[in-house]
Amino acid sequence: MMSANIRKVSRFGSFHVAEARIRNMLKWAGIILFAAVINPTLYLVSIGIGVGSLIDANNGVNGVSYLTFLAPALLASAAIQGSSDEVIFPVMDGFKWNRTFFGMRSTPLTARQISLGIFLAAMARAIVSIVIYWIVLYLFGALESDTAWLAMPAALLAGASMAAVMLALAAKIENENFFFTLVGRFIMIPMFLFSGTFYPLTQMPIFLQFFGWISPLWHATELGRYLTYDYPLSGLQLFTHLGVLSTMVAVGLFLSARVFAKRLEK
Amino acid sequence: MSEKLIVARGLTKTYGDFIAVDGIDFDVAKGESFGFLGPNGAGKSTTMRIIGATSVRTSGTLTILGKDPEVHGPQIRAHLGVVPQQDNLDNELTVSENIFIYGRYFGLSSSFINRKIPELLEFAQLEEKKDTKVEALSGGMKRRLTIARSLVSEPDILMLDEPTTGLDPQARHILWDRLFRLKEQGVTLLITTHYMDEAEQLCDRLIVMDKGKIMAEDSPAQLIKDYSTKEVLEVRFGSDRNQEMVDVLRPLADRIEVLPDRILLYATDGEQLLEQITAKGIHPNTSLVRRSSLEDVFLRLTGRSLVE
Repeated sequence: MMSANIRKVSRFGSFHVAEARIRNMLKWAGIILFAAVINPTLYLVSIGIGVGSLIDANNGVNGVSYLTFLAPALLASAAIQGSSDEVIFPVMDGFKWNRTFFGMRSTPLTARQISLGIFLAAMARAIVSIVIYWIVLYLFGALESDTAWLAMPAALLAGASMAAVMLALAAKIENENFFFTLVGRFIMIPMFLFSGTFYPLTQMPIFLQFFGWISPLWHATELGRYLTYDYPLSGLQLFTHLGVLSTMVAVGLFLSARVFAKRLEK
Repeated sequence: MSEKLIVARGLTKTYGDFIAVDGIDFDVAKGESFGFLGPNGAGKSTTMRIIGATSVRTSGTLTILGKDPEVHGPQIRAHLGVVPQQDNLDNELTVSENIFIYGRYFGLSSSFINRKIPELLEFAQLEEKKDTKVEALSGGMKRRLTIARSLVSEPDILMLDEPTTGLDPQARHILWDRLFRLKEQGVTLLITTHYMDEAEQLCDRLIVMDKGKIMAEDSPAQLIKDYSTKEVLEVRFGSDRNQEMVDVLRPLADRIEVLPDRILLYATDGEQLLEQITAKGIHPNTSLVRRSSLEDVFLRLTGRSLVE
């Protein structure tokens, strides 16, 4: 009887989970694409050009226009926000709202594959958003250097780091209302404001710079600036930024698999 | 019966101090329709999850298709079709898409699944709903879709946890009919239920569970024969008089059970017993003679009714 292909599942199981998630996203493709274009445009016009004209009249930041200074930060921030949403909501849905993870768990899939599949789908969505964002930045003339295209993988790494951590965190959450408030007000917004997004982190008193150091957005923004204009970073700095983000990805995914396994065992 | 697909010995599951499944033994043979009957909290669903290789047993031994679920979880789940107590369909996707993605979780190719979908939709009587979002389906349709979905991988064992709970009588009958067809095709069925009529309809053999233990095990007919009389006379005197009538009635019946709203008198011939009672000048407000059911077996074994 049984016609399952167990070898194929053990190798590609997480891709099948991602495939199902992407089918789900495609139902919202129009809205996703619209948001991907309109978000950067709004930010660039209002802050980049509006606030930028004041700052540029005052010689810009880091010797470049405010738009150029701001662009990599906005790109990384959009990647982080988009990837986080794309893990938090599916995780709530999978464990609580529709309980789809419990359906997946009845198949040959393992808890690790389910968690990884959700992560991969979030990355697929992030790639789309990042590429569109980057094109808008390019059209606004915000990208100066030849290596500017590398800001895309850097932003993806930033998105991956936050998504991996959020995946583990969201899987632990039973009461989502509280969690959304916590994440939105006490993680996302402060991170957006205190990661050297709108001004160099060094403008802050040292005890506030600390928030930047632990923020994936700051690490990603530093990398992005290095790649999009001649913002100097030492080898050690480069290594640290990449190291922090990569570690977050690894630790987040490792913890996610464990939390998923525990919660699905019930 | 032939080949044993499931063998459990001393199967136990504890959560802290609470013993959900308390050292149970059972075998399920190929092609058999095997039931777990018991009230909510008897340990049926926990047992199902352990067999489904999604929950790890605390102690005892269990082999499914010759393998230990603790070691070979994915390999065992590849052979199972699971219909959980609570539907877990993807509401955003259509009926067909739900079957499709589920087939992919078993590593099935798109072409195989696409060939399979019309057949499953026909079985579930959902052909006209194939492009409808699951959100818009009725409870009975969702249930049938969950069953159709579980069959996409052509499982050797189909596990149904409380398949008709929450459905209206018509939807239940449609579902029973579908399950009966599967049984005819030789699919091994594992069913938990707290409905005695469901157990009688669908199960070749069943175990009666209460508080994590097996109280009895046999075919529905044999259990009734062993633990009850052929017929039951139900009488009501009104809630205040029921208790005082018990002592008068007790010598007349083989056995007597007092429920909050009625008295059950067990006898080979219910009509004859009723005549005897009226001849004594006792006139219940209402009376009913019926055949014994698994409900009576459960009452006998545990002193409690199934649905409380």
